[in-house]
Amino acid sequence: MTAPVLETIDLEKKFGGLTATSNVSLKVAKGARHALIGPNGAGKTTLINLLTGVLRPTAGRILLDDRDITAVAPHRRVKLGIARTFQINQLFADLTPLETVSLAVSERLGAGKDWWRLVGRRAQLMDEVAEILEGFRLTDVMDERTAILPYGKQRLLEIAVAVASKPRVLLLDEPAAGVPEDERHMILSIVAALPADVSVLLIEHDMELVFQFAQRISVLVNGALFTEGTPDEIARDARVKEVYLGETTDA
Amino acid sequence: MPDLLQVEKLSAGYGEALVLSDISFTLADGQSLALLGRNGTGKTTLINSLLGLTTYRSGSIRLGGRDVTRERPERRVHAGMGWSPQERNIFKSLTVEENLTAIARPGAWTVQRVFAIFPRLAQRRSNLGSQLSGGEQQMLAIGRALIVNPKIVLLDEPTEGLAPIIVEELIGVLRNVIRNEGMSAIVVEQKARKILGFTDRAIVLDRGRIVLASDSQSLANDPAQLETHLGVTERPSGKRPS
Repeated sequence: MTAPVLETIDLEKKFGGLTATSNVSLKVAKGARHALIGPNGAGKTTLINLLTGVLRPTAGRILLDDRDITAVAPHRRVKLGIARTFQINQLFADLTPLETVSLAVSERLGAGKDWWRLVGRRAQLMDEVAEILEGFRLTDVMDERTAILPYGKQRLLEIAVAVASKPRVLLLDEPAAGVPEDERHMILSIVAALPADVSVLLIEHDMELVFQFAQRISVLVNGALFTEGTPDEIARDARVKEVYLGETTDA
Repeated sequence: MPDLLQVEKLSAGYGEALVLSDISFTLADGQSLALLGRNGTGKTTLINSLLGLTTYRSGSIRLGGRDVTRERPERRVHAGMGWSPQERNIFKSLTVEENLTAIARPGAWTVQRVFAIFPRLAQRRSNLGSQLSGGEQQMLAIGRALIVNPKIVLLDEPTEGLAPIIVEELIGVLRNVIRNEGMSAIVVEQKARKILGFTDRAIVLDRGRIVLASDSQSLANDPAQLETHLGVTERPSGKRPS
């Protein structure tokens, strides 16, 4: 395994008497295509919330490129290169995809300080926005209000916004949830085609997608790491079948 | 005996916008229907219209022989509809158990039985709705649809967000409830194959109209139709180990 870009050391999160995250030491390698699976309520989303800083851990540390970011605020972590998507879309319903992506790119470039110039006149910025919209196949709907877009397109926009921050680590929380079959594979092929140095941690219950996408899989059960391995190893693991996979081979 | 559910030339939408046109189908007691179609074709709108949550235009809905077309949603539930919405709509300030007991109606489905199919909910019975994970909310939403002991249960993407082993269990339970207890079901699902295996019939919607009605078995065995209407392509098997 190459050096981890993101690492947790004995991470723990308690909500009152409930331990949602229990001594998790997880390493996400540079350029990883890494999946996180596990039963419902195992603490997968909680872990993402800890990594992004939305939740503060009760104990343990989080390192980004060996730098301790445990106490760094969520918005600062975005600037440091951690981006995420949500299980349920968190988009600006009244903006168009063009406006949404422009906003995300402008924010990254610090264009707020350049407020006297219209965004549409900044060629470099607009080139990048166009490139992202095209990459996520959103060009044809870029002027529609987000609220009225088909759900699959909204999911793509959700990921596009995360990618616009040029993350080094991208955390995807069930990106295919609610997306029709013919668009599911598109979402993951777009993600798989991200630059090789972008590390991706994927939470997903669609095993067809997980096994197609991941080079490494970690299994979380009751807040703790249960096992880790290659897709082959995980698929053959009788204990993982028992607690999570069942007999389904291609759900 | 009349069909349990008779939908005739139903047109409905939201406010000015017409979404569904001329929808007609029937469902007998103990029959199940897969409701399929691409994104934005009106599947959820149809479920919502059966419940009376949309703007009615024309046509009729009869449940157990009784015309419910103009009845309020809660009256339809009392007449025998159970609903698990796509957004789950859990009562956040109630516990898991209270979410169930608050709406339970007498019948074969009890809190204990819901806990038996979703043991995770039993573990979390005293936790508030706001403390549940996405998948746990999904289980609770399905539990609530069953615990009103409906004649027909309407499940809008019930497997979304659930672990594969729970999906297996859920499908087994639904199959059993439909076959042996005579509950009818309408199931919306993104992955057609998952539900064609346990439903009797299927309808495919496109732009608010029924473009295909078939028995589930024949549709499952018809790659051309699946491809045309749902964009589902055959993928080489054996890609996944085990």
